[in-house]
Amino acid sequence: MAMTTTGAPGRGWLRWLVVAIPYLWLIVLFLAPFLIVLKISFSTTAIAMPPYTPALDLSAGLGALWEQIQEFTFDNYIFLTEDSLYLQSYLSSLKIAAISTFLILLVGYPIAYGMARARREWRPTLLMLVILPFWTSFLIRVYAWIGILKPEGLLNQMLLGLGVISEPLNILPSTLAVYIGIVYSYLPFMILPLYATLEKLDETLLEAAADLGCPPIQAFWKITFPLSIPGVVAGCFLVFIPAVGEFVIPDLLGGSDTLMIGKTLWAEFFSNRDWPVSSAVAVVLLAILVVPIMLFQNAQKKASE
Amino acid sequence: MRRGPSWFNITAITLGFAFLYLPIVLLVIYSFNASKLVTVWGGFSTKWYVSLLSNQGLLDAAWVTIRVALLSATLATVLGTLAAIALVRFGRFPGGTLFSGMVYAPLVMPEVITGLAMLLLFVAIGFARGFWTLTLAHITFSMCFVAVVVQSRLITFDRSLEEAALDLGCPPFKTFFTITLPLILPAVVAGWMLAFTLSLDDLVISSFTTGPGATTLPMKIYSQVRLGVTPEINAICSILIGIVATGVIIASIVTKRREVERQRAERLALQIG
Repeated sequence: MAMTTTGAPGRGWLRWLVVAIPYLWLIVLFLAPFLIVLKISFSTTAIAMPPYTPALDLSAGLGALWEQIQEFTFDNYIFLTEDSLYLQSYLSSLKIAAISTFLILLVGYPIAYGMARARREWRPTLLMLVILPFWTSFLIRVYAWIGILKPEGLLNQMLLGLGVISEPLNILPSTLAVYIGIVYSYLPFMILPLYATLEKLDETLLEAAADLGCPPIQAFWKITFPLSIPGVVAGCFLVFIPAVGEFVIPDLLGGSDTLMIGKTLWAEFFSNRDWPVSSAVAVVLLAILVVPIMLFQNAQKKASE
Repeated sequence: MRRGPSWFNITAITLGFAFLYLPIVLLVIYSFNASKLVTVWGGFSTKWYVSLLSNQGLLDAAWVTIRVALLSATLATVLGTLAAIALVRFGRFPGGTLFSGMVYAPLVMPEVITGLAMLLLFVAIGFARGFWTLTLAHITFSMCFVAVVVQSRLITFDRSLEEAALDLGCPPFKTFFTITLPLILPAVVAGWMLAFTLSLDDLVISSFTTGPGATTLPMKIYSQVRLGVTPEINAICSILIGIVATGVIIASIVTKRREVERQRAERLALQIG
């Protein structure tokens, strides 16, 4: 992007400052922490504060840093491969996130489509109604489902009252409840980008197809769906990546047999107090997600240009 | 041509919104339940709201949460707006790809990773954990959301006004505050509100980065939810939902009115011109 205005004094340093302040902030508080996680994942657990050795100490100079690097060990990563809990957690997280993403697409697409085809004067209100639950607390939305799904909860009371079932269903806690929780909590993340692309869709294309005798369902698969792919892609990334590392939903709605890596990392850190192993778990999780994250960033960057 | 909404679209919207809203509505209804058994209706009562007022631990947590949210949302809005300007206006600069990467990554980064990483940073540099580490962490993740919101406004922004001011010799600093900022203000306000609610809501990153004496409301709610569902939690949640819903609705009305006024002013300006 070329700067069209020139000759304004002071523009140079001002421009430099606008970039430098957020840049430095993110380097110190977002990028540097990841390098520390990486470093600690090669450390050994110790009964001390901080509970790992060698402790990071930059004040000792570069020579000392080299000595610390020589103390690095791959033990934590080897440990991750030895205990099947970790491998199963990673696989199960990916599976739960992938199935949930597909379910959310299935549920979210008709809603976004209905919104985009609603009368023009209704659309801002509908959009606002999708955004509103997104603003209310994540924790509260998950909590709301506990009251509905638990054995003496509202769903079981209703089904028992109607005589559909004779004894309460044990949905909570279970992996099924985790799916319900993820679909519910992440639905707006899918609807918003889908709506944004569907709303911009040129309706004359569909009219042309109809005039030429194309049945509506075929027109949908040949025109509407392919044109909405950017929204589908953005929505899927926005749902899938955070869902893989989800902690609150599997912890509150899932049973002890619902393995998810976010839960495993949390337990490793807060219950076992093993910082080096939790760091290794985080590094591997990041390595798994780095490709989808970069694809997401590219899509975002393209959309903003 | 205007086709009426098909029954398929109406059904999809109705079922979709029922799914989105029913759990929240039920939660609010049961906060007025006189019975201690959350799911058995025992008559209307506001006693759980009254009992909240005498729960000192909860009130303390609410106070910490509000202070962190106000402070972090304000600083995140400043940093996020700068980041958005850097991204849109100075698209190509050395390290620009790294910069845009760092702005977009926190949007999808699993919170357990961000939380752990920030905690390890604070421990490594020997920063005492508590109110300030909590605030720094909240600023960092919410500034990226602010940046995305402001960025989308800046992209559709007509730059001719800004250029006119600069050509007429208005200093860049003054141009920003008299021309640019008022025009992107709705997005900046929306960004602030988003940052505020993200901070109000956060559990995972807060749990990692907090220290003694800085327990937030979500952390308090979480520890109580683990013990079981109580009408008292329903009452706190209902209050939070009420605050957020009121804020969002007021903001959207204000934005709409501003938009109408702006369009009228533009029409007027065209007629005069």
